[in-house]
Amino acid sequence: MVASIVITSSTGEVLMAGAMKSMGDLDEIRERSGLGGAIKAVVTSPLFMGGIVFMALAFFSLLFALNHMDLSLVGPAAASLTLVTNTIAAKLFLKERVDRRRWTAAVLVCIGVYFLAH
Amino acid sequence: MPHHRLSFRQYLILAFVSVSVPLGDSSLARGMTKLPAVSLGHPLALISAVFTPWIALGIALLIGYFASYLTALSWADLTFIMPATALGNVLVALLAHFWLHEEISWMRWLGVSLITIGVALVAHGPANTTPPANFGDALAAGRQFGDDSVPRSLKMERLG
Repeated sequence: MVASIVITSSTGEVLMAGAMKSMGDLDEIRERSGLGGAIKAVVTSPLFMGGIVFMALAFFSLLFALNHMDLSLVGPAAASLTLVTNTIAAKLFLKERVDRRRWTAAVLVCIGVYFLAH
Repeated sequence: MPHHRLSFRQYLILAFVSVSVPLGDSSLARGMTKLPAVSLGHPLALISAVFTPWIALGIALLIGYFASYLTALSWADLTFIMPATALGNVLVALLAHFWLHEEISWMRWLGVSLITIGVALVAHGPANTTPPANFGDALAAGRQFGDDSVPRSLKMERLG
């Protein structure tokens, strides 16, 4: 159950991050074209729609897991694992410069979230 | 557009990204535990769960999170925003201890410390490190990260 949340959530977040990066600063789009223009720019992006599908799958996986397991277990487990998979995916697919500082931060936050749950 | 330093408004957006997730998840958990067990054989029961008050509140908070998260993604890296989301867990632990007077174990304090250090590490670096999407951004990136990050062809085009 936790693995399905992690996989669908990571795929969704990377697709959405890719979509938002490709369209540029949303605040500037809103200033130029208004709120309607900003919303249109977001919802007409195929990458974004793909991200939405995977985020919806992640949401229903979370609801299903919460119905069988405690939030104190599901929340931190999914959050800490998603952090690691997102960092790997951001480096591979979004070409983010994940230097030693960001890797250290990702690992620290991952362990921290785990400790926080116990 | 690459930003090394964020504006006050952008920090506010990141703060909302942080607090809305734990609050929304808590509402969802409260709503789902009040419902009878849902089995894979009856997935439609999950749809009807959406219309119960606690789950509706959780969804409203998560929609607010989603809007601010998307805005943040347009000017910052995914690996920059992720620790900010984790900071929400720290805020919940601090509220539980100082406001609700709950006992926090040393292991949880260790978790709070590790997350805080992780967030501080990321916050100290640049918010956006991805290659610029267009010409104007490329030049801005040149000023931001040093000329090596701007393709030579772009610089020549600008000069020409």
